[in-house]
Amino acid sequence: MAVGLTEDTTPGWRQDSLEDLEAGLLLEAVHRHYGFDFRQYSPASLRRRLNKRMVDEDLGSLSQLQDRILHDEAVMERLLLDLSINVTAMFRDPGFYAAFRQHVVPLLRTYPYFRVWHAGCSTGEEVYSMAILLHEEGLLDRARIYATDMNEAVLDRARSGIFPVDQMKAHTTNYVRAGGTAAFSDYYLAKYDGALFHRWLTDNVVFARHNLATDGPFNEFHVVVCRNVMIYFDSNLQGRVHDLFHDSLVRRGTLALGAKESMRFTAREEHYDILDQQWKLYRKRT
Amino acid sequence: MTRDVDTRDENREIVCIGASWGGLDALRVLLAGIPASFPMPICIVQHRGDENDVELLIEFLSKVTELSVEEPEDKQPLRPGSVYVAPAGYHLMVNSGYTALSVEDRVRYSRPSIDVLFESAASSHGRHVTAIVLTGANDDGARGAQAVHRAGGTVLVQDPDTSERSEMPRATIATGVADMVLPLEQLADELVRRSAEART
Repeated sequence: MAVGLTEDTTPGWRQDSLEDLEAGLLLEAVHRHYGFDFRQYSPASLRRRLNKRMVDEDLGSLSQLQDRILHDEAVMERLLLDLSINVTAMFRDPGFYAAFRQHVVPLLRTYPYFRVWHAGCSTGEEVYSMAILLHEEGLLDRARIYATDMNEAVLDRARSGIFPVDQMKAHTTNYVRAGGTAAFSDYYLAKYDGALFHRWLTDNVVFARHNLATDGPFNEFHVVVCRNVMIYFDSNLQGRVHDLFHDSLVRRGTLALGAKESMRFTAREEHYDILDQQWKLYRKRT
Repeated sequence: MTRDVDTRDENREIVCIGASWGGLDALRVLLAGIPASFPMPICIVQHRGDENDVELLIEFLSKVTELSVEEPEDKQPLRPGSVYVAPAGYHLMVNSGYTALSVEDRVRYSRPSIDVLFESAASSHGRHVTAIVLTGANDDGARGAQAVHRAGGTVLVQDPDTSERSEMPRATIATGVADMVLPLEQLADELVRRSAEART
């Protein structure tokens, strides 16, 4: 693959596959024209999402999709949504939040003021979950939460604080299993099809655009939460983001990854102690 | 057939297995027939609920096979003679010799989805994929088996008559891409025979 996708930078694309050639050219075109860099996303997921967009746009090849993307911004916006919406839930993996209360909250209590970074926050379910957890631990006033995503459209949804009301039952089950100490319905007003979460939950939350593939560090953090975001990156990009997080964390700062993500196969493994093996909570050394 | 010596990851042989209703018994029989020296990694999608009962599944399968059985993490290198079972609530994919997990939407009601595993293997490992469709009461795997077939890989299907539920094997057979339809007891032998052939 001549353009952009050399074997050095992007492992896993097949040199002998026409579809992969087309995918490579499309990603290069998206990068040059729109500035979004998906060239180091994991081919396994990316092939699926590009194909889904191709089918949904009623097109027969990725080359045709490239043509549409370059000449119709609306198609690009839809692709961007495909690539930035994460299927998630409030208090997804309740055990994670229980582990966070056990291992991280005691450390946070020692700070008069601390910063949390939710990297790749998508539509914000985990941000509201964290705000609720910190509130119940009496720490929300001391926290400033930075919730970032590459896509302004999903950030707008997150800012709105409105979530589908039909999901509240599942969220409530998670909340209880995560060790919630109040009634989950205390945190929102149900109206029509939407559950509107209370504004005070996000008084200390800053929603901002940040692209993990291309942007650098922007602050120093006591906690970085990035769960099930890097699984869509290839190992090179994962390495870049791990460097970014390491540079952004204070000494003894906490890094939270998804349950099936690991430091095991990264160059940063030696730079962290394990706080919780199952729920992938790590503490930066020195 | 002469083959160039090619050590690129994506050219490693790989076995992908999909199972649903009745899958535990079928997997028990299949894996018990595969020796520890088996030279390919084996990836498995077994449908089940979103709850974290994977440890029980891993424990169960570990007892019936000499192969090492584990629930993989993301971007884990695939090793010959190891069995990788899709974690609950995640799609398991493979890409050039590594796992790739995803929490994308369910595909036709399933996560993990057999189609997703098969299609990823077809895209990445091409003709080096052997896909096996076992017992089940839906049609997951049929689309993925077609992708494996188009990429030059091999599709084996459990004989519906030996399947606890025959819908899933029948759905794949109906696509016309099954290279062999075999009774459950013969699938392991066929895999071992093919693995020996692939090395010559």
